[in-house]
Amino acid sequence: MNRNIPNSDVAASTTQREEAFAGLRDLIPLIFPVTAFGTIYGTASVAAGHSIAMTVWASAVMYAGASQFVFLDVYRLGVPAWSVVLAVFAVNFRHILYSAAVANKINHFPPLAKLASFFLLTDLQFAVVEKRFENFSGRRLITLTYYFAFGIAAYLLWIVATAIGALFGSLIEDPALVGLDFVLPIYFLSILMGFRARRNFLPVVLVSAVVAVAVEKTLGAPWHISIGALCGVATAILLSLSGGGKALAAAEEGSANG
Amino acid sequence: MVDAMAFYSQHEVAILIVILGLVTLATRAGGYLVLARFKRIPAPLQAGLEAVPAAVITTLVLPPALTAGPAEMIAMVVAGFACLRLPPIAVIVLGIGLLVVLRQLGL
Repeated sequence: MNRNIPNSDVAASTTQREEAFAGLRDLIPLIFPVTAFGTIYGTASVAAGHSIAMTVWASAVMYAGASQFVFLDVYRLGVPAWSVVLAVFAVNFRHILYSAAVANKINHFPPLAKLASFFLLTDLQFAVVEKRFENFSGRRLITLTYYFAFGIAAYLLWIVATAIGALFGSLIEDPALVGLDFVLPIYFLSILMGFRARRNFLPVVLVSAVVAVAVEKTLGAPWHISIGALCGVATAILLSLSGGGKALAAAEEGSANG
Repeated sequence: MVDAMAFYSQHEVAILIVILGLVTLATRAGGYLVLARFKRIPAPLQAGLEAVPAAVITTLVLPPALTAGPAEMIAMVVAGFACLRLPPIAVIVLGIGLLVVLRQLGL
């Protein structure tokens, strides 16, 4: 299975080149958003007091937009390290679902390549792999060349964009004057609104919000994050158990299976 | 401006980042290692997993939005509605632009 790209073959090497081009081509429409987010991250990180080197280090090691923004935000609160780790883990939870979905498409990669491909498995990588698989209706495997051509190029773009943002940010004397101190809440809001089509969105958000505010006023940070989020997740589980989620989905989509 | 360096040494921050990188990698490999072994995920567990990101992010958005001044509140509400139509990048640019204008107006 994992010998599907024999590189001694001339025809296969043409295919490899095509696969590499396909990977790079699929990155083209994403160059602007990746660069923009990377630049915003770099600027926000420097505005939060991190050095340019530390900012680039975070992008190179974590390579996860949302994780990195959560790291900036939670770290700023001056809370214990474990709660930063927990918050990053929780926000990354969706990646567990991605990797489960992508697993059968890259199962033919050798073990080390598989590990590297999980490192590169961002939202965008997931999206392009799923789309390419869909385009070929599953008749063609996702090749190593395609995966890494896209993945490595996107990774390098992210790091370069972060560095540019960090350099730019270090030139700004007062981040608040240009609104940089408020980039994180607005960024998170835009991510949150992206989930609005999911079932139980409103009850989950409402419960998390009320509990988070109440806990922040009483126990204080970082407990409002973990307790607030746990209560929101518990709401989704309870709704699913009671069939409430199903009823809601059925009412909204006219479909009986939740 | 809160100085991030006030809480940990540079060395500790660099190590914390490595740990966060490993946590991220663990979630990205986790579905393959754990979930893919299940034939079927129970519905309540699935519903709970799906709710995790929205629940966490809500707790990150709300406190700063509620404790900041009127300029920040207005910018957040407008950005929230803008999310219904615009991509995230445009929402951030619009929200920050509006915030800067409102602050200049003295709100």
